[in-house]
Amino acid sequence: MKISRTVTITIDGKEYIAKEGQKLLWTALENGVYIPHLCGIEEEEKPAAGCRLCFVEIDGFLNPVTACTQKVKEGMVVRTRSKRVDKLVGTAFELLMSNHRLGCARCGANGRCELQKIAKERGLKLKTSRLRSLVPEVPVDESPDKFTYDQTRCVLCGRCVWVDHHKAKIGAIGLVRRGMSRKMATFGETAMADSSCTQCGMCVEACPVGALTFKEK
Amino acid sequence: MSNPAVEKMYRELRDKAVSKAEGMNEKPYVMVGTATCGRAAGAMKILETFRDELAGHQVDAELLEVGCLGHCYAEPMVAVYKPGHPFLCYGNVDEGIASRLVSDFLVGDDPCFEFAMAAFEPNDVFPTFADYPRGVYEQKIILADCGLINPEDIDHYIARDGYLALAKVLDMDPGAVVEEIKESRLRGRGGAGFPAGKKWEICLKAEEPVKYVICNADEGDPGAFMDRALLESNPHQLIEGLAIAAYAVGASQGYIYVRAEYPLAIKRLHTALDQARDKGLIGESVLGSDFKFDIQIFQGSGAFVCGEETALISSIEGNPGIPGHRPPFPAVSGLRGKPTIINNVKTLSYVPHVIRNGAAWFRGIGTPNSPGTAVFALAGKVVNTGLVEVPMGTSLRTLVYDVGNGIKEEKAFKAVQIGGPSGGCLPESALDLEIDFDSLQHAGAMMGSGGLVVLDEEDCMVEIARFFLEFTQKESCGKCTFCRLGTKQMLEILTDITKGRGKPEALELLWDLAEDIKTGSLCALGKTAPNPVLSTLRFFRGEYEAHINEGCCPSLMCNELISYRIVPEKCSKLCDACIASCPVEAVYTRPDMLKAVDLEKCVKCNNCLVTCKPLYDAVMKVTPPETGEGGDEN
Ligand SMILES: Cc1cc2nc3c(=O)[nH]c(=O)nc-3n(C[C@H](O)[C@H](O)[C@H](O)COP(=O)(O)O)c2cc1C
Repeated sequence: MKISRTVTITIDGKEYIAKEGQKLLWTALENGVYIPHLCGIEEEEKPAAGCRLCFVEIDGFLNPVTACTQKVKEGMVVRTRSKRVDKLVGTAFELLMSNHRLGCARCGANGRCELQKIAKERGLKLKTSRLRSLVPEVPVDESPDKFTYDQTRCVLCGRCVWVDHHKAKIGAIGLVRRGMSRKMATFGETAMADSSCTQCGMCVEACPVGALTFKEK
Repeated sequence: MSNPAVEKMYRELRDKAVSKAEGMNEKPYVMVGTATCGRAAGAMKILETFRDELAGHQVDAELLEVGCLGHCYAEPMVAVYKPGHPFLCYGNVDEGIASRLVSDFLVGDDPCFEFAMAAFEPNDVFPTFADYPRGVYEQKIILADCGLINPEDIDHYIARDGYLALAKVLDMDPGAVVEEIKESRLRGRGGAGFPAGKKWEICLKAEEPVKYVICNADEGDPGAFMDRALLESNPHQLIEGLAIAAYAVGASQGYIYVRAEYPLAIKRLHTALDQARDKGLIGESVLGSDFKFDIQIFQGSGAFVCGEETALISSIEGNPGIPGHRPPFPAVSGLRGKPTIINNVKTLSYVPHVIRNGAAWFRGIGTPNSPGTAVFALAGKVVNTGLVEVPMGTSLRTLVYDVGNGIKEEKAFKAVQIGGPSGGCLPESALDLEIDFDSLQHAGAMMGSGGLVVLDEEDCMVEIARFFLEFTQKESCGKCTFCRLGTKQMLEILTDITKGRGKPEALELLWDLAEDIKTGSLCALGKTAPNPVLSTLRFFRGEYEAHINEGCCPSLMCNELISYRIVPEKCSKLCDACIASCPVEAVYTRPDMLKAVDLEKCVKCNNCLVTCKPLYDAVMKVTPPETGEGGDEN
């Protein structure tokens, strides 16, 4: 039997018991301490660390670090908020929003959207005034019977791809291309219905925003 | 050496190579620099000419292809040896000069001093490279043999003590090898300057039966070509360095990750590896010892970010070349999860020298914290462009004015852009900076890959920043938010400024974004991408403000912010050259015969200015741009 040892860490002045080796992000969330995050997947040994939202300050580190990549350690002292954390998280969020088609009222994820949640938790605006809009002009893929894919709402967290590969084990979708052209797509970038997608719906459930949404019955 | 088998085997290899080299000196030979730089300037044609002329005159001389001597401005370059004469180097060789060298020098006895650049060794009749300022300040370690040995003949390398260091380490404890590198304080030349010995030590201490060593030859910085020159000119130096690294940390498999855009380097590397294998210098039993080591070449397919070590490893593993989070660092968990050393071409090329001459010798060159030399690719508005190797601690002024021989056309110096797209721009006040890893970082630039672009009064610093940011933005893999979207937002702002659409609040936003991208990005591509913008904002803020507040480009570079005017006092009236040069019929003759530019029609191609410059120099750029018809007033 594998005995998992525990460690004591401090988050925002309160002590918590945590499983040794667990990544800080999950310890915090399990204990009801919210840290913004989009791309994190708890089971994944190597976190993507791409969304850059889960910054925290940890004693001993010069700069804020991502909570999804830090294993908890005995005596670790964490602050989820500071001027620098708030600035980084604010800018990362603002950048994501500059590339995200708004219109929550007409979005299938309205009310359960994690962007809305982050905005609410951290007092951030959904609409950016400083930055210009970088929302691409791409039609919604309505080809599947059960769901739709709106690339203009995608935040590239990769959660859909991960469940497709590791849970559904289909491999119908992936993250393709580079830079500003990076996107979630099927092999050959075909319409979803023309791919090997079985429409199991797991990717739709994994989507934290309104990029993949079930069609209304 | 106390391993008699290794010693004997090496002695035999070396003796054979040395007697071959001595044999070579008994008759004339011609060396043509046919590295990529030489080829671009027409070296293959020169090689052909020599082949034909030597055959035509029935001259018994050897014709060799060699690598790069670093004097880009003088390519194609040729070296001619004839017993009884100094060994001479000729620059800017054309077919005429090539055939003269055969007929007059090799057939006749006239060394054609009129075409010669320098002699390689001191003599009574012609100056050597060391007699020129550049030669005084240069100190060549890893470039020393480049252009002087045949990269496709391993004996040339061995004759110059090549693989002696490998033979030496085979008799040492791996820990002692690591210790020697640590003591030398050799720092990684791939950009970040991490101490090589420290990296090797971590890998050595990792308790894993399988380990790897990788040479990073991805060299993706625009304008950087020092790694290519090393691969094409002296591949064995690197192979020896990689083999020593493998022995030191306990690896038996190595990789050289070369970008596929370097076909000649790849070909010469393949040849070199075959020859090293044939001689038992790599393979099942290196120099007859029980050290087993082989090297595989891996061709990268051109993405800049693949030079980042975690992306590079992912690419060798067959996955997309996208960076991952560090730690773990490769030295702990790298290729296929195994402890992996990854070092740059230059870093590894120093290794044989450090082992052969000792850590103290290496520390005696350069600065205390950055010992050794630095290799720069001098480019831009400097007279002598090329690859130079100078001791760390050399001042920028020496590099630009002595080694580089000053600014082209006597224009005014403005800045150096140093370290490639991750680097920064340093102003005139930094000219006396003694450059090494730390001083550059401190000044807001970076050693980076060693790109050094000299900028003069005609270079707009906003445009320079935009140019480099555009490169990194295009090369972003897109995985992380700051780099994917942040650099794009910055680029849009910069583009607006260069087009005269910049808003007053843009500078604050630029600075703010730059700071956050620097701290927040996942990998060093994003973390360093804002450097060109930050450094120009810091040192040349006035230029940004002129663009935004006055609609002016003080350097007259940003097309949207200039217009053309023909100065009546200078215009000859009788000449039509400007009119003929204009592709859109914007230049016309006024009733008084003076020429003028119709600014409505003008597409700012600069043809009229270039055409008139040597004639009357009557066309000028003005900023902010005028409207209507230039030249009518005054
Ligand atoms: C975007 C990016 C590109 C890089 N490209 C190269 C490269 O082309 N060659 C190289 O040696 N190092 C490159 N590096 C640095 C490597 O990640 C790594 O630090 C280096 O290979 C280590 O070798 P060194 O210690 O000998 O310098 C790059 C880093 C980044 C972030």
